[in-house]
Amino acid sequence: MYKTDTKLAQIGNRSEEATGTVSAPVYFSTAYRHAGIGQSTGFDYSRTANPTRQILEEAIADLEGGDRGYACSSGMAAILTVLSLFQSGDEWIVSKDLYGGTYRILEEGFKKWGLTCRYTNTSDIQNIEKEITPQTKAIFLETPTNPLMEQTDISEAARIAKKHNVLLIVDNTFYTPILQQPILLGADIVIHSATKYLGGHNDVLAGLIVAKGTELCEKLAKYHNAAGAVLSPFDSWLLMRGMKTLALRMERHEQNAQEIVEFLQKHESITDVLYPGHGGMISFRIISEKWVNPFLQNLKLICFAESLGGVESFITYPATQTHADIPEEVRNETGVDNRLLRFSVGIENVQDIINDLTQSLAAVKKEIVIHE
Amino acid sequence: MSNQYTFQTNLLHNKHKFDPATGGVSVPIQHASTFHQHDIDTFGKYDYSRSGNPTREALEEVIAELEEGCRGFAFSSGMAAISTAFLLLSKDDHVVISEDVYGGTFRMVSQVLTRFGISHTFVDMTDLEAIKQAIQPNTKLFYVETPSNPLLKVTDIKAVSDLAKEIGALTFVDNTFLTPAIQKPLTLGADIVLHSATKFLSGHSDVVAGLAVVKDPILAERLYFLQNSFGAVLGVQDAWLVLRGLKTLHVRLEHSVQAAEKLANFFKDHPLVSKVYYPGLADHPQYDIQQAQASSAGAVLSFDLKNEAVFRTFVENVKIPVFAVSLGAVESILSYPAKMSHAAMPEKERAQRGITNSLLRLSVGLENPEDLIKDFSDALNKVKQ
Repeated sequence: MYKTDTKLAQIGNRSEEATGTVSAPVYFSTAYRHAGIGQSTGFDYSRTANPTRQILEEAIADLEGGDRGYACSSGMAAILTVLSLFQSGDEWIVSKDLYGGTYRILEEGFKKWGLTCRYTNTSDIQNIEKEITPQTKAIFLETPTNPLMEQTDISEAARIAKKHNVLLIVDNTFYTPILQQPILLGADIVIHSATKYLGGHNDVLAGLIVAKGTELCEKLAKYHNAAGAVLSPFDSWLLMRGMKTLALRMERHEQNAQEIVEFLQKHESITDVLYPGHGGMISFRIISEKWVNPFLQNLKLICFAESLGGVESFITYPATQTHADIPEEVRNETGVDNRLLRFSVGIENVQDIINDLTQSLAAVKKEIVIHE
Repeated sequence: MSNQYTFQTNLLHNKHKFDPATGGVSVPIQHASTFHQHDIDTFGKYDYSRSGNPTREALEEVIAELEEGCRGFAFSSGMAAISTAFLLLSKDDHVVISEDVYGGTFRMVSQVLTRFGISHTFVDMTDLEAIKQAIQPNTKLFYVETPSNPLLKVTDIKAVSDLAKEIGALTFVDNTFLTPAIQKPLTLGADIVLHSATKFLSGHSDVVAGLAVVKDPILAERLYFLQNSFGAVLGVQDAWLVLRGLKTLHVRLEHSVQAAEKLANFFKDHPLVSKVYYPGLADHPQYDIQQAQASSAGAVLSFDLKNEAVFRTFVENVKIPVFAVSLGAVESILSYPAKMSHAAMPEKERAQRGITNSLLRLSVGLENPEDLIKDFSDALNKVKQ
């Protein structure tokens, strides 16, 4: 009914009539009293359903255009909950350029329990079709990918998924529903590391799942409750507080990123800039591997830290941080090499960010020249 | 104080951008009420949380830097900040104060300070002659709210501060409506800036807090003594929430100010609205002063509807804004000053000031302004039918 920015600002408002509160109440109660047998209030035990978490779950379901939302204790917990839908012998087709944590759980966890993953570059849609086997049960996409920013056509992937009767799962962490709503393009499940843009302040760890379809939603609800990797009431509340400013933050992240892309493209010490055209994430390659550490050490404003999507600008070194669990030869082959840096552009004044990049690159150049 | 970066970057990158012990990028919440002392002769910086707490201190340092003062103080509410600052006065002192000051401040001055022998004169702070006439030999303080609440009258901060300095009095400015993102009273000559941080600074309708920032170190030491003695300090969880809110202050205000400008023009052109109070409109009596001392007109406006019948229909039919007290939130808030913020003021006083029974105050939130205009337009259309 309302536009997305209006919906975001209003999350949790009018959530209860008793007090008229405009901020969703935080329900710490783990158990809920019932008037008699069979007279549940809708809440029994907090793992199964919690009134604060439910407001968040309804909000994300609405924003993503799905039927139901599930809040989990981290982005990885969200993936793990989705993985509960499958069994030994099943196969997944997965984006080759993938978050290292997801790669680790698939290769070191689910592989030994009998789930096979076929990795392919999904940005070429033909590749997906080629990997389909009778055992394929799902296609798992990150788009844009982390950290190479490759995009997959979600509608095309959905068409293939429907044709072969497999689920399409999309990790929408980088774009959020502000920029992309995979379910509206035909996906069945959307997952989020809500620690990133949705939370937005680098102070809450959370994961979200949104699904479409009654049967699928009921299954997810069962495993969400059974496995129990649910989000705490306080973190649910903090996440909603963050989401209220998502539209504004995203707008600024994107404006800043676009100006920084232009700056990096012109800079003599940067060889490649990877940017999908939207959002606040950029990857770039610096001229030499030797430059990486001094460049990070000379930054004064931008933090060298893992994670992304927060108000503060972060630069990550995928080779030793997010993608450390992926073997070096695999990384080099996919392009996550030792010169690649990932930049989560914050909401600071863009000129301050550019000044910091300029001074650090100049300082490194000077140091390297002196050394040589 | 670091003036290395612009204001919006400073909101994120200040002394507390990360925790020195762990590198954590969010300030840790220190719940400890007391702190272990390692040396019996020299106590550490922190001993008891009322006197000093690392989380509260982070907020106090951040607000001091943003307001360009020397020291900040966090209190349990805006009124706690204001009341503690008033404690700088002594028996037989006199205060010159804005006549349309916030109802809570009005109550404090007229019903509490008077019991301690501190007198006051309410003046129209937009009229420098009236202020001069209100000065008494014992005048020690000029108390300014600009723009004022709810009629958005603008006071020339520099002119009032100059006048105060001439007679050795202090100037306090309540900067709640604009915040340092838009106006910095200490740079215009004020001595203390006060905030209800419940409003735009925190911004999410979920924390009650007050802040004070002082320009001069000696005055700051006196206010610290009172903060510690009176003890109306801000709790650590709330201090952390205010810090979190500050990170998006700039983007929130930018959106809300732009939306407020659109709404002011919408109301101005609407036949059922008899008057719009917004210092960003060119016909506002102090438009030039506002332009000179602040970077915009803020995100709060008031409007008077044609009559009480129109007012009732409008309030009953608007859907998006919360109809509530308070302001400066992500949600738009529609308030009824006569029964809410200014209920503490007798009706006769209210009428004299122009706070009619059909006046509404709107604090513009983060909704899409088109949704708000449609909502208001629909509600006003109900009147015509």
